[in-house]
Amino acid sequence: MESFRKNQGVFWILAGPGSLWLLFFFLVPLGIVWVLSFGEKAVIDGKVSITETEITWTLANYVRALADPVYLVIMWKSIWVSALATALCLIIAYPVAFVIAFASPRWRPWLLLAVILPFWINLLIRTYALIAVFRIRGYVNFTLEWIYDTLWLDRLLGPFEPLELLYNDFAVVAGLVYVFMPFMVLPLFASIERLDRSMLEASLDLGASQMGTFLRVTVPLTMPGIISGLILVFIPCLGSFLTADLLGGTNATMIGNVIERQFKAANDWPFGAALSFLLMYVTFGALALRALLSRDAGARI
Amino acid sequence: MRLLRRRVDPLDYAGRIWMRTFFAMVFILLYAPVVLMMAFSFNDSKRNIVWRGFTTKYYEKAWNNDGLIEAFINSLTIAAINTIVATVLGAMVALLLWRFRFPFKSAYEGFMALPIVIPEICMGVAMLAFFSRIGWPTGMPWPLNLSAITIAHIAFSFPFVAIVVRARMAGFNRELEEASRDLGASEWQTFWHVIFPYMRPGLVAGALLAFTLSLDDFVITFFTSGPETVTFPVKVYSMVRFSVTPEVNAASTVLVAITLVVAALMLRVQRQGQAGSP
Repeated sequence: MESFRKNQGVFWILAGPGSLWLLFFFLVPLGIVWVLSFGEKAVIDGKVSITETEITWTLANYVRALADPVYLVIMWKSIWVSALATALCLIIAYPVAFVIAFASPRWRPWLLLAVILPFWINLLIRTYALIAVFRIRGYVNFTLEWIYDTLWLDRLLGPFEPLELLYNDFAVVAGLVYVFMPFMVLPLFASIERLDRSMLEASLDLGASQMGTFLRVTVPLTMPGIISGLILVFIPCLGSFLTADLLGGTNATMIGNVIERQFKAANDWPFGAALSFLLMYVTFGALALRALLSRDAGARI
Repeated sequence: MRLLRRRVDPLDYAGRIWMRTFFAMVFILLYAPVVLMMAFSFNDSKRNIVWRGFTTKYYEKAWNNDGLIEAFINSLTIAAINTIVATVLGAMVALLLWRFRFPFKSAYEGFMALPIVIPEICMGVAMLAFFSRIGWPTGMPWPLNLSAITIAHIAFSFPFVAIVVRARMAGFNRELEEASRDLGASEWQTFWHVIFPYMRPGLVAGALLAFTLSLDDFVITFFTSGPETVTFPVKVYSMVRFSVTPEVNAASTVLVAITLVVAALMLRVQRQGQAGSP
């Protein structure tokens, strides 16, 4: 690698376009939202304007986001829904990553591809496909009804009552797990594949049970992958908008939906801006935590 | 019972029946919704849950839906322009990071990764605020009216291209570059005859990635698109809000098919890249 001083012409030609693009079409827009978050609706001729905002450097929007019970409830709900979805992802993805990592080298790339491929399919379409699965006349209820009728339960207990699977927190959690699961498999796979298998052999030879080996050897050694996976899933879950919008309806709102409403229907941009910056701070906090923890885990091994 | 039990190596986790069953179940759950959606796009029934025979009439219906076709053309146009610009920008950033040492390099890398890590909704509202604050002209003739969406797409997709191309360049033998210089080749000749041929599989992979990222994006487009500039995912979203119809299934199936073709192409390119590297 050479120093940029040696060949400044080439350096600036390569650095210019990308940096400027990101500066003008990414950093400046974020800056505008940041400034907006300290604004309030302008008062023109004694009336509160719907469209104009005035930057007064007030902290009212942040206070409202963090103190108003209505929004506090939504924030906490977003956090626990995301945490639950992330935990379920870990429980499901760990065995999956284990099977892939221990599969024969001929099969491994194909199994990995099978798990990653849904990534490529449009998020909207995957979420939409879930509606057909969960709705009242969806595949789940259809199958349940078929089982119910085959067991003659309809003669004993009356006709089958379809389950209301859509438009509640259950649907949102299921949707998040479905959509973001591949994010969890990849880092887990990477750390399980790197695992020194002689450690597992040693543990088993020395008399530890499979369970003991798993809890005391495998899990600690793959901790960097677990932490990466947890954070890589938690961040998009917390910021998700589409899943809660389509599967949760009006009953299950997350921060993303509140932000969208402020910028569209409610037309309260300063408040929406404050919420979106709070979401961003949480995201950066999670990323910093990941960097810190993975450095710790790396240092211990 | 004994006969049914296969002896498995204690470390052969992938060989255990229950692990395999679990994997198969997850695999089925991952694919079933999309496969069912694709299959039922051919179903001759409006309620589309019981199979009533094969038909392609919903594809015809989607084809004759002018709004849908217009949205589809918009999406492809945006994706095409995005692919070209994002690949060039991404490749330049990749070369910059691969070749040079400079002050605050790790901070610069973090800056380049920002569009990848921040929540999509934050970037979406930022784009909305930006284009309305600076008074970006609306109501321009096609395809100029797509410029705002395209600019936003380029901003979030070229950092992905940079990562892919840089990963490719990591395997490049720098001595080849030095040899080329020693033998008197100019900066441009070295790039065009030595570096570029090696970089090409990375460029193609990055371009394909930029294409799908743009074609698939909903959230950021949702905030930058106006009533005149509807892309395919935004159109599908507005249709989905009302109900699940076979027509949406048909349109979505087409999009999934395009995505799978692009994914297959990318896989091939990567294999060729691996086979062709010295």
